[in-house]
Amino acid sequence: MWRVGTVVALNHETTSARTLTLEVPDWPGHAAGQHVDVRLTAPDGYSAARSYSIASAPSPEKRLEITVERLPNGEVSPYLTQELIVGDRLELRGPIGGWFVWRPEQIEPIQLIAGGSGIVPLMAMIRSRTSSGSSSPFRLLYSVREPASIFYREELRNLADRGIVRITHAYTRAVPQDWPLPPGRINADLIANATWPSTLSPTCYVCGPTSFVENASGLLTVSGHSAQRIRTERFGPTGDRR
Amino acid sequence: MAIISRGFSGRSAAANPKLPPGQYVTTDFPVLSAGPTEHVPLDQWEFVVNDGARALKRWNWKSFRDLPAERVTADIHCVTRWSKFGTLWEGVSLDTLLADVKTDARYAMAHSYGGYSTNLPLEDLKNRQAWIAFRFEGQDLAPEHGGPARLLVPHLYFWKSAKWVRGMTLMPEDKPGFWESNGYHIYGDPWREQRYSSE
Repeated sequence: MWRVGTVVALNHETTSARTLTLEVPDWPGHAAGQHVDVRLTAPDGYSAARSYSIASAPSPEKRLEITVERLPNGEVSPYLTQELIVGDRLELRGPIGGWFVWRPEQIEPIQLIAGGSGIVPLMAMIRSRTSSGSSSPFRLLYSVREPASIFYREELRNLADRGIVRITHAYTRAVPQDWPLPPGRINADLIANATWPSTLSPTCYVCGPTSFVENASGLLTVSGHSAQRIRTERFGPTGDRR
Repeated sequence: MAIISRGFSGRSAAANPKLPPGQYVTTDFPVLSAGPTEHVPLDQWEFVVNDGARALKRWNWKSFRDLPAERVTADIHCVTRWSKFGTLWEGVSLDTLLADVKTDARYAMAHSYGGYSTNLPLEDLKNRQAWIAFRFEGQDLAPEHGGPARLLVPHLYFWKSAKWVRGMTLMPEDKPGFWESNGYHIYGDPWREQRYSSE
């Protein structure tokens, strides 16, 4: 069943990513980590749909946010990031997915690991932790290409300052000035220093491009985390996810 | 009635009769798994068919690979909307594996290393519709794509083609597997667009 959402706000996160706030009168609510299918239809009837993670926390309001990264040869993401204007309507199906989800009833420590736009569903979890009043201890390890690639920059800084989530950034291409490490992929040292130890039995949520998730989830397994406690969501070069 | 997206033309290619509704064609092979990639040593691998109470058939890697294998060319369709045409696999047909199994069961639950499961009607596993595949495009199947061996049921959405498969439980009644308990359709026919449990 396709629902109709109206774009009520658009905000740039980076030069290639934009957050869409949608008002959906019959939105049934969602859980943090779920996604929606978005469908575009051309005047000749041709349509294309893709899945995008929901960025906003569950709330009683009939609103949700998705953050979309423009893919160079994407079919739907260039439209959503460049053409769409406030007042436009989109078709949505969802919310979808019951596995890559965090619920406020969970009390165990939470380890979030994001690569690039993989931050989006994890941001919904952090926001949900805040809005639900949960005191579950959260950590986020967030890997991006360069400082300018960070989504939700001010909000994350603010959440870290308030002690709601402990955040470690990592950079694969270019680091900020005076950063102590060279750019590179997440490695065993970073996992050991910046994430919950396996002895605390955290639930780990890992989201990002396939190679990122393969690397990070492999490192978690090697450092003693049970595979049962590692939930993953991968997107490929043509996956056009988010 | 669809809403027209102002200024959207998309790829608008002529409709491809090989492409199920709501899918698009990809040429690479995205990886989708609920957890970390499993690495199963061949000397520990086995495939067991059971009826819920006892094992009916059991193979280790060697006895499995001694079975006659087939080459299969198939289009595959992922519920995340990509389809990939003309993929080449090598595997053992479920017709071969279930040949001497006498059962009244109508459903099967495939089980995987790592705990994944998915349910299928037994009908859908017979008559050259399903294989346990161990080679992809001429190469041993890579762990991230389900190696050493995965179920291959190309006529259903690809989450039914369980990676790292280790066995199958024959069941009198249908029961939901992993994704089927997490929002996805109990059967998953791409041509009827049976993506989610709400439809």
